[in-house]
Amino acid sequence: MKINHDHFRQALQRTPFHDRINAMSTTEEWMAWNTYKVARVVDKLSIEYFAVRSGCAVMDLTPMEKYRITGKDSRDFLDRLVTRDISKLRPGRVTYVIWCNDEGRVIDDGTLFQLGEDDYRLCSQHHQLDWLFMSAMGFDVHIEMETNDVAALAVQGPTSYSVLTAAGIDGLDQLKPFDLADLRCGDVPVTVSRTGYTGDLGYEVWVEPADALQLWDAIFDVRGRYDVQAMGLSALEIVRIEAGFVMPGFDFNTAESAVRKDYDRSPHEVGLGWLVDLDKGHFTGRKALLAEKERPARRRLIKIVVDGNKPVGEAFIYDGKNGKQVGEIKCATWSPILKANLALADIECVNGRLPSKLWARIDYQRELKWLSTWAECEVQPEPFYSPAHRSATPPARF
Amino acid sequence: MTNRTDAIIIGAGHNGLVCAAYLARAGMKVLCLESADAAGGMSAPRTIGENYHFPGLAHAAYPVCPTMRRDLKLEKFGYAPGKAIDTVALDANGKHLTVGTNIVSGKGLSDSDEKAYPGFRKQHLIFAKAIRPLFDNKPPRLGDMEFADMTTLAKLGWNIRLGLGREAMNEFLRIAAINIYDVLNDVFEDDRLKGAIAADAVMGCAMGPRTPGTVLTWLQRLQGERNGPMSVQSGGQTQLVHALAQSAEDAGATIRLDAHVEKILVENGKAFGVELSSGEMLKARIIISNADPRSTFTSLVGAPQLDAMFANRVTQIRGTGVVAKLHLALSGKPEFTGLPESQTGDRLLIAPSMKYIERAFNHSKYNEYSENPVLDITLPSLHNSALAPEGHHVMSVNVSYVPYDLAGGWEEQKTTFAYKVISQLGQYSPNLKSLVVDHELLTPRDIEEQFHAVEGHWHHGELSIHQSFMMRPLHGAAQYNTPIEGLFLCGAGSHPGGGLTGLPGRNAAKRVLKIGVAK
Repeated sequence: MKINHDHFRQALQRTPFHDRINAMSTTEEWMAWNTYKVARVVDKLSIEYFAVRSGCAVMDLTPMEKYRITGKDSRDFLDRLVTRDISKLRPGRVTYVIWCNDEGRVIDDGTLFQLGEDDYRLCSQHHQLDWLFMSAMGFDVHIEMETNDVAALAVQGPTSYSVLTAAGIDGLDQLKPFDLADLRCGDVPVTVSRTGYTGDLGYEVWVEPADALQLWDAIFDVRGRYDVQAMGLSALEIVRIEAGFVMPGFDFNTAESAVRKDYDRSPHEVGLGWLVDLDKGHFTGRKALLAEKERPARRRLIKIVVDGNKPVGEAFIYDGKNGKQVGEIKCATWSPILKANLALADIECVNGRLPSKLWARIDYQRELKWLSTWAECEVQPEPFYSPAHRSATPPARF
Repeated sequence: MTNRTDAIIIGAGHNGLVCAAYLARAGMKVLCLESADAAGGMSAPRTIGENYHFPGLAHAAYPVCPTMRRDLKLEKFGYAPGKAIDTVALDANGKHLTVGTNIVSGKGLSDSDEKAYPGFRKQHLIFAKAIRPLFDNKPPRLGDMEFADMTTLAKLGWNIRLGLGREAMNEFLRIAAINIYDVLNDVFEDDRLKGAIAADAVMGCAMGPRTPGTVLTWLQRLQGERNGPMSVQSGGQTQLVHALAQSAEDAGATIRLDAHVEKILVENGKAFGVELSSGEMLKARIIISNADPRSTFTSLVGAPQLDAMFANRVTQIRGTGVVAKLHLALSGKPEFTGLPESQTGDRLLIAPSMKYIERAFNHSKYNEYSENPVLDITLPSLHNSALAPEGHHVMSVNVSYVPYDLAGGWEEQKTTFAYKVISQLGQYSPNLKSLVVDHELLTPRDIEEQFHAVEGHWHHGELSIHQSFMMRPLHGAAQYNTPIEGLFLCGAGSHPGGGLTGLPGRNAAKRVLKIGVAK
């Protein structure tokens, strides 16, 4: 791990792509992400959003927490760490995982990349080095944080395959969702995974920080032929809700940040029960999750479509118009592509079941005057937006 | 009848044997595995040379509780608590104090101390009685309590509030968590007397008289006294472990010696057997470990089979042994300056003041041994002449505080240290040095190696407040059952802790019978 001894000179670190994004930024809307300075909006939110949905958007992914896990017991270590059965994971594949504490409460989620034999990269939302070290006891495993050593770009959208190919990266045609390959972009070695947080066709490109700008320039050089937009985190927030992706620490309290009893969540409670395999052998939290299965469900984080076009924002959910309060909106967005009010809501169960009716009370402003209205909510089991081109292999050429 | 084993107990120390005897009596088919060539663990007899026999690490003990004696028919199998002994606080100038159960006497003792002693003893025995429910039962769970837990707490509350009465309760609450140093200074003047009581309060623990929580360890020690007076363990048929082994076998338990368990076999969070160092696999639905909790979880089970936080908590169990055992083979009877011959059979203490103890403790904190250690001495051969050839004797000395990790290593310094202790003894017994024909020193490191107790701690974990009751040995395994289904703990590392009480073994057996035998 390279240590930046000058970190104190800057409140926030700059990513290797910063100079380019800074040059494009018309809004100067910056925000902090994992001690890095990143764009909230680079130019215009709607342009960035539609680039993901109908063109190609590029987002700086460098601040994502990254851990390299190697050693003889790395597979066993990861298997004990995460709730999912990872026995089918092999070099060149990526999988989505979550991990829990002893009480079976979610600590974080992440993507697990198998780079080679006994060689893995775990990317997570939050800092996990202490938890990984704590989980390493009894395993012959080496864990290194490489957040600052690997630069990354998310290249997402229906034309992303064509854009990256045009930028000089060959060999993407047979890359299936959750595949991973070591390729080149011109003379720059890059690792490309067909992964993302947008619910669209997309790639994540991993590169040495020293080569970062060369990669950026190669991608943006094709701007004449394709719509390629630099994207900030605001657009990402919209598309990830459309895709139905949960964000630990925002949509629910993670086990390590929850202070009050019952303010943390189990995988089932946040709709990630499908990532738990109780038959795969021991993992941290298994016993607690087995016990949870015996009890009626207490709550669920669900996807809802809220009637009407008033932005939902922060709102309580009731079991009927003027009914009993049963939950709250955790995140919400107006979906320009679906023309609908989408939200993730945390709802309390009664006798293990969700209430049959859900209504949101929406408080909104009209010319700075607060008004209130009721809107019925419809539960949506599937992702709100999941286009067919997302998983086509090879992807369509543009 | 099939050969099926219901329960495997790892370690035939006294707690393992108690547990085996109780379970066998309840009709379970029990197999007790012991890595040594004799049952007894730390209280198994030891021999140096050919003819000098020692009763084991525990050389003086209180009787086990009457219920256990009755339940396991221990008298029938030969158990008999030995002759009651006093404690003698040795003084370098020969002004020794005899510290009895209710009387203290000796040259230079003030009237006020002599008068205060019986009252102090009485009050502290009442305190010990008040917290008795905590020791007799499994520690209550605080989260979701079972009915039995509520009973335990109700009894405890009743005992403390109504049993003690308002004034005594206030006093109990004042002193329960503080140190013995302050309490004794409040009551007594005499350094020798305070030293003797304080030495007992901290015996076996990495604590000095000024360490918080040493009133609790003192009250814990007094629990034993409620069963009868202390006696010297003199080996032979009357020894507790001998009777326990007989009782367990009589009830149908099998004790297998020279069977070293290397691994507890676990699948999907469930224990199903053990693997011996020979490679042999033995299966049972219930595995009960009398081994140290730290080795049970980290070596026998292995962290990968545990949840991450629990595994880490195991490594944070505090318990570094600070007591060495010195065994001396003597060609004659030692004489102690100023001590009547009739008292040489008592327990002799060299802990002339609380400051002396505290200073000795200080060294162990910095990986040094003290030039002036605290010594706890018995002469078992005075109670059983078969332990040594005619006219010869054996002397057993607990030496506190002796570091587990001695700076520079034990290898080179062991003999030097043994001679230092012998010459210290010589200050009180001038003829001793010339009588020594052989010796054996067991440092905490040796105790770890020979008895598989991590860091050589007698009690498999410090008896500190944060590791007591519902936190002993640690949160998540304090009710004898563990996060591994079918795996239980029954050793000194569990509540109520070390000492020749058999209580962890008995409580564990009760727990197994309550929750472990469900089909």
